[in-house]
Amino acid sequence: MARPTTKSTARASKPAPKPVAEAADLPTPNRERPADPERYTASKAELLEFYRQMMLIRRFEERAGQLYGLGLIGGFCHLYIGQEAVAVGLQSALDNDKDSVITGYRDHGHMLAYGIDPKIIMAELTGRQAGISKGKGGSMHMFSVEHKFYGGHGIVGAQVSLGTGLAFKHKYSADGGVCMAYFGDGAANQGQVYESMNMAELWKLPIIFVIENNQYAMGTSVNRASAEDQLYRRGESFRVPGMQIDGMDVLAVRGAAEEALAWVRAGKGPILLELKTYRYRGHSMSDPAKYRTREEVQSMKDKSDCIDLAKRELEALGVTEAELKALEKDIRQKVAEAADFAEQSPEPDPAELYTDVLVGTY
Amino acid sequence: MTRMNMIQAINSAMDVAMERDPDVMVMGEDVGYFGGVFRATAGLQKKYGKTRCFDAPINECGIIGVAVGMAAYGLRPVPEIQFADYIYPGMDQLVSEAARLRYRSGGEFTCPITVRSPFGGGIFGGQTHSQSPEGIFTHVSGLKTVIPSNPYDAKGLLIAAIEDPDPVLFFEPKRIYNGPFDGHYDRPVSPWSKHGSSEVPEGHYTVPLGKAAIVRAGEAVTLLCYGTMVHVALGVVEEAGVDAEVIDLRTLVPLDIDTIVASVEKTGRCLIVHEATRTSGFGAELSAQVQERCFHHLEAPIERVTGWDTPYPHSLEWAYFPGPVRIGEALKRVMKD
Repeated sequence: MARPTTKSTARASKPAPKPVAEAADLPTPNRERPADPERYTASKAELLEFYRQMMLIRRFEERAGQLYGLGLIGGFCHLYIGQEAVAVGLQSALDNDKDSVITGYRDHGHMLAYGIDPKIIMAELTGRQAGISKGKGGSMHMFSVEHKFYGGHGIVGAQVSLGTGLAFKHKYSADGGVCMAYFGDGAANQGQVYESMNMAELWKLPIIFVIENNQYAMGTSVNRASAEDQLYRRGESFRVPGMQIDGMDVLAVRGAAEEALAWVRAGKGPILLELKTYRYRGHSMSDPAKYRTREEVQSMKDKSDCIDLAKRELEALGVTEAELKALEKDIRQKVAEAADFAEQSPEPDPAELYTDVLVGTY
Repeated sequence: MTRMNMIQAINSAMDVAMERDPDVMVMGEDVGYFGGVFRATAGLQKKYGKTRCFDAPINECGIIGVAVGMAAYGLRPVPEIQFADYIYPGMDQLVSEAARLRYRSGGEFTCPITVRSPFGGGIFGGQTHSQSPEGIFTHVSGLKTVIPSNPYDAKGLLIAAIEDPDPVLFFEPKRIYNGPFDGHYDRPVSPWSKHGSSEVPEGHYTVPLGKAAIVRAGEAVTLLCYGTMVHVALGVVEEAGVDAEVIDLRTLVPLDIDTIVASVEKTGRCLIVHEATRTSGFGAELSAQVQERCFHHLEAPIERVTGWDTPYPHSLEWAYFPGPVRIGEALKRVMKD
């Protein structure tokens, strides 16, 4: 029942007995619930780093869109523009030595937020040998075991079950790690998501279910596909508590991550985060965009952009325009290098077709 | 007659079927308001309303399961699975329910659903947007599997499928939605408007299920193919100057074995082409049936050209795709001696 976008002071955070007046306002929960998340208080250096990561994702994705237009990237390419605060805010709170991440097909941003070299991500998009999955996965199917990033999945919702399995391993090996399993508002209607939630709660697995609610499952808006469109409530019947977070505010996202991690690391089982966010571009590269108005998209860009918000806060903290410009120049340079690398790397050898099908050869 | 591409023909088939029978309904992800990601259902919701053409959440198991229930109670749902690669969550419902309902109820229940799904590669879709899973379904008794190769057939077969009393998998080769594809990916795409089979009647007609088409008559060798590969095979035959008989199967189950046998008995040679992976692919079934029936007529081993036994790669798409070079080489082999 957490609604951090409009903070409720009457919310019960501990199972302690409540005064009658409060209980009338909101029923006392019959089990412990997480506290309302606090917006994260970032140091200047931290916020600058969040800003840098979000800007890197945005510029990288813009470049990917251009490479697609030039025919260097083929097939499908789902850009993360608009949603940067989600991956950056959440992943900045993870312990990269212990925690694992798994997501769907809109995965470039999550990899960049991990600090994975933009060159090998871009080279995967262009299907080159030097790509992070040797060019055989492409935009939707990328992995890095080194970073405990388990993909990159093209089938809507399928990664949620897999993430539950990752969490099982975290618990079994008592490695202290947590799995962060991302999925979209569209995937939130797949049956296996709920099978996963049930198992995760039943077995008290260390997993954070993250719904990146960008409002549209391809061309279908949330309320046209979801009987309960307040998706953070979707775990309630499995006793998985949920929180709804402003996903356009990187500090709100980071604050929610802190609360969720504290809950899960304390062995209290899974938790569900719904991040309200927005994608500025089409679902993939060919999207007639008839399901929403230009004004709606423009209004989100003007009023709610995660990078603009961070920039304003940085300026309030005394960061100068010149510093930000220098930062952006450096990002542009890195993205340009990634694009050049992705264009110049050779295609995989045809012999690679038959490698990595099975461990053995056949 | 009017000119239609595959998408328009498929759209027209649903339109005609919905017009004639109020029990026909179209459902699926993004099919209503949005008109389908490939635009196959464009305009249907506007014309027939939200109760007969409606959006479903992203839940393929639920979509097919609900359709089976609707069909068992007398409706004729036409669910769309947005990509054939997404069909697996609905596998249980297709295999255990749709395919078996009639048998286990002693013929009391029928299941007249038509599951439409774009399939096949050639569009750089990588492993989750390119697969050809037809062989998985032809293996299931109780399902029919239909794959059109041109606009005229697509419309006629789809209407026949919708009117058929049994469950039909209708796989649409998405590479040829907008024009036939001869496998030369580096050449300009030719639109359907230049192709004879894009002349499509606007009203009702059917192309019967279970009847193959001889798309090129010949004496020297029989080519068995379906979907996109019909056009690739025709291109290879023309380039090689071989007097091949090219058979477009159109329906895999039920299979028009008589047309195949008559052809192979005449030519004595058989080459099978499909895009799906090789092992246990539908080509294996074709090869077995031809061998069983035409053994004494065969003058050369039956050849298969297929996708490789690997997941569909993102890069190396054209190394995976059974294109003109590989088919041309196989044609030479099967023509030797």
